[in-house]
Amino acid sequence: MTTAEKLAGETRDAGEPNILLRLWRNKDTRSVILQILTVALLFAFLAYIVNNAILNLAALGKTFSFDFLDLPASYDINQTLISYTSQSTHFRAMLVGLLNTALVAFFGVITATILGFLLGIIRLSDNWIASRIVYCFIEIVRNVPVLLHILFIHGIIVHVLPSPKKALDLGDSIFLSNRGLTIPDPVFGDGFSYTVIAFFVAIGAVIYFRLWAKKVRESTGKIYPVFLISTGILIGLPLLVFVVTGSPLSWLVPELGRFNLKGGITMIPEFLALWLALSLYTSAFIAEIVRAGINAINKGQWEASQAVGMKRNRVLQLVIIPQALRIIIPPLTSQYLNLTKNSSLAIAIGYMDIVATIGGITMMQTGKEMETMILVMAIYLSFSLLISAFMNWYNKRMKLVER
Amino acid sequence: MSPSETTSVPGDGGYLPGTHPDLKPPSNVHGPVHWVKVNLFGSLTNTVLTLLVAYLLYTIIPQLADWMFFNAAFEGESRKACRAVAPDGACWAFIGNRLPLFIYGFYPEPERWRVDLSFLLLILALVPVLYDNMPHRGKALVYSCLYPLIAAFFLVGGIGLERVSTDQFGGLMLNVIIGVTGIAFSLPIGIVLALGRQSQLPIVRILCIGFIEFIRGVPLITLFFVAAVMLSYFVPPGTSFDLLVRILIMGTLFASGYMAEVIRGGLQAIPRGQYEAADAMGLTYWKSMRLIILPQAMKISIPGVVNTFIGLYKDTTLVIVIGRLDILGIGNSSLADTKWQGLSTEVYVFVAIFFFVSCFAMSRYSLWLEKKLHTGH
Amino acid sequence: MNKVSFALAAVAAAALTLGAPAAKAGTLEDVKKRGVLNCIVNTGLPGFSYTDKSGRWKGFDADMCRSVAAAVLGDGEKVKFIPATGKTRFTLLNSKEGDVLIRNTTWTFVRDVDVKLNYVHTTYYDGQGFLIRKSKGVKSAKELGGATICIQTGTTTELNLADYFRANNMKYKPVPIESNEEARKNYLADRCDVYTTDASGLAATRATFDDADKHIVLPEIISKEPLGPVVRHGDDQWADIVRWTIYALIAGEEHGITAANADKMASSSNNPNVKRLLGSEGDLGKMIGLDKQWARRAIQAQGNYEEIFERNVGLKTPVGLARGLNAHYLDGGLQYSPPFR
Repeated sequence: MTTAEKLAGETRDAGEPNILLRLWRNKDTRSVILQILTVALLFAFLAYIVNNAILNLAALGKTFSFDFLDLPASYDINQTLISYTSQSTHFRAMLVGLLNTALVAFFGVITATILGFLLGIIRLSDNWIASRIVYCFIEIVRNVPVLLHILFIHGIIVHVLPSPKKALDLGDSIFLSNRGLTIPDPVFGDGFSYTVIAFFVAIGAVIYFRLWAKKVRESTGKIYPVFLISTGILIGLPLLVFVVTGSPLSWLVPELGRFNLKGGITMIPEFLALWLALSLYTSAFIAEIVRAGINAINKGQWEASQAVGMKRNRVLQLVIIPQALRIIIPPLTSQYLNLTKNSSLAIAIGYMDIVATIGGITMMQTGKEMETMILVMAIYLSFSLLISAFMNWYNKRMKLVER
Repeated sequence: MSPSETTSVPGDGGYLPGTHPDLKPPSNVHGPVHWVKVNLFGSLTNTVLTLLVAYLLYTIIPQLADWMFFNAAFEGESRKACRAVAPDGACWAFIGNRLPLFIYGFYPEPERWRVDLSFLLLILALVPVLYDNMPHRGKALVYSCLYPLIAAFFLVGGIGLERVSTDQFGGLMLNVIIGVTGIAFSLPIGIVLALGRQSQLPIVRILCIGFIEFIRGVPLITLFFVAAVMLSYFVPPGTSFDLLVRILIMGTLFASGYMAEVIRGGLQAIPRGQYEAADAMGLTYWKSMRLIILPQAMKISIPGVVNTFIGLYKDTTLVIVIGRLDILGIGNSSLADTKWQGLSTEVYVFVAIFFFVSCFAMSRYSLWLEKKLHTGH
Repeated sequence: MNKVSFALAAVAAAALTLGAPAAKAGTLEDVKKRGVLNCIVNTGLPGFSYTDKSGRWKGFDADMCRSVAAAVLGDGEKVKFIPATGKTRFTLLNSKEGDVLIRNTTWTFVRDVDVKLNYVHTTYYDGQGFLIRKSKGVKSAKELGGATICIQTGTTTELNLADYFRANNMKYKPVPIESNEEARKNYLADRCDVYTTDASGLAATRATFDDADKHIVLPEIISKEPLGPVVRHGDDQWADIVRWTIYALIAGEEHGITAANADKMASSSNNPNVKRLLGSEGDLGKMIGLDKQWARRAIQAQGNYEEIFERNVGLKTPVGLARGLNAHYLDGGLQYSPPFR
């Protein structure tokens, strides 16, 4: 049909006797009809599978309900950020698992980002051997399934580190063994709150100082060692208050029990392994993203900056990376999502995340496959949406800088 | 000095223009010493980096090589036999002993040629996809599109071939089947989703976005769980369908979520003018997509498609969580044989090397493509 | 668009060709029509279910599958083994992908009643124990307060452990690990002081250590783990078939019927119990929808209970388990078959 014919056809529509056909020919009504059809089909499909599920469950004599969440879980969890005993409910166990997932994802994202940027920059450095080695590292890491990384790193941690009796210790207070990294329990004395207040004051001061330094730089060109001074304030002020108030903090050093170190706060090797493995794996991808982002910046930017007399580090920091970030952030978001999702493999080494708790032991114990899976998927979905929302917000902020 | 003067005095050690031999650059700006100086010890950070790397290599490589090659046992009938020969090395005899299992799973021995044939046909099917300037590419692509059906026929059997139950699929073969099926079917679904995501129809758009975000928001293992424990609730009572098919469907849906995003990237990279030009020609939506936009978008998207495939392919090892024995799963179940218990490191290293080699080759290809596309613009 | 419809058509075609709809008839008819018994087993458990070099499933559980197949289909090799993890096993059974689940599955109230399973018989009486290094100087599980414990997860193990330590007012640090192999590795690396799972599994694992004599299984068995074949609720005939096939194996041991002498016994024995069991007198098979020789074939396939036990997990195997509770009742054990009459 040529365009002319088509146009003719459309003008003929008015005279068409069949009203349905006429509605179909009209672009707007057609799109409405199409959408109504889509929705109807979707609902029909959903109704069909829900109906099937009801029939199947009835045939097995099972029910669909979330009542099991109120029953006692009856199992123990090796890392609990909130109080939990085997008498707590399945719901509580789910919360513990959720927090464990969030914890490893949070730390993983931070270290993966730092490591990824570092590797990406070394990859572009002039040092031939460093750049080659990082290249090999990236290729090895990202071409091997993440499950194997987790198993390998856990194996290395567990095998290389000594048993608790021979734990490596730092100043008799921090212990590292294959049972984890144990630090003393802090005991807060009276007046420690002043130090906390001082810390927040320091944060405020740093923010103010950075804004001020930026203003000075933009108006006069004078550059302060912002990083050094900020760190100084951030550490110095609370430390000063801490000493002045008479060091109101003592440490309860863990001591060796029959099997393990007693007391102290322990970071279990499963967490360490998962954290490290996810960070390494994701950092390899981030490094490539960073490299691509930096490479995408016009070479002229480098040359112009160098012509103004800036050093390589400052060029990267002030000119290249801010521009590259705009290219980097969207794929970076995907990597954060991947990291969070990959943390679901924790069960392989015994880190009790959401899949291991409610999607694992609870599921097996109660036989509620459908309910537990729905919960697990809903939780991951909310994590993903949260990360996406945050990164979108950040991305928008970066875009404003573009002017 | 005029040009005529220089040509007229060849005697005093001068050269005619263009006849002067190239001088070597000064010795301090070329040669291996200079290269090392600039590239390895150019600055303080560089020197530190170089030394650090050298130290790391020095400590890791010899140990690793000893374990993997020099102190390893390549023959033996049990772990004890291995340990007797090589107390601190790898026991590769185990891998050798089970190699057919690692590749074919439980596929019946006399029928294994069918798996080999399918692998071979797969390579043939990939040629037209990967080389865009081969002769008769169009016809060859038809074969590539038909390949999944051909392979399914050979692997499952029927009409003259003995039926092989999908439960007997395992090992590497299972990884490849899930990976290839996922990518082959997710491509068209991904295209539809990507187009739907940009559609003018709000409901279609919302549905597509919802689907893509859902798939990208949940881990693959939960989707595999759904395949294993939930999908059977969603079919009419009294019916069921093959577990492998359910896994394939979930793998495909998973890949299509990512594929949609890759293709969306391709679509967005097409200059607006192309869309407008297509509209100006009076092409319908589908025609303009099929003839103008998609061919260009697909070309840009290929590196992304290959990367998605690598991702999916690596993730196929996760079928182990639902009891399907892929290359890693076969390793684990073989380790339950008391003769071999305790050799998990060997299995992991073997599987890691295998994945590294295949994924690295693919990522090189994708990089090469990217470069080729880059110069094209 | 063509590609899409092509893809959809292909998926649909694949689903149709691969997925034969299970008929509404009983499991026995399904199995007979299919000609293959679908048996759900563990993905890998030493002595109970594992694959050998040629990919053949071996072990105590796998042999039981073959016995049932021999009774029902006349050929012990007509078994399709469906490896399952702890999470997928019940679903595989309930969705009719498997006909019977023979995967070291503990018989509990909740599973029997709420997860809608039918346990037919306890083929292996197990209990949860603790494996520990002798050098730790522990003589009793009561001394384990504060220990780090590796658990092979996916079973009732975590629950028993939590109960036991709570009852004895002790604390512990759990490291739940899915595969026996990983748990073994962690234990050997001294990541945990103790490894806990079913005592049979502990014995099997310990047997493969290079320094097995430096590890002991503590005397306390903290739980009852009756392991046995499981079928779906609601198909009594099928449950009877699996149950009485197992009983035939146990009765086989009682009467000294082995794989080798079953045919001879059938004709030469004067014991009416043996004659009825082996089908040379009466027709018990007909009552459960099978032929006369069903029990004889079950025994002939892999031997009687004793033969299966000794071949796979007995003292002469690397797993090295004593009969213990699983001895025949005449020897003071619990394996007891109701009379065949």
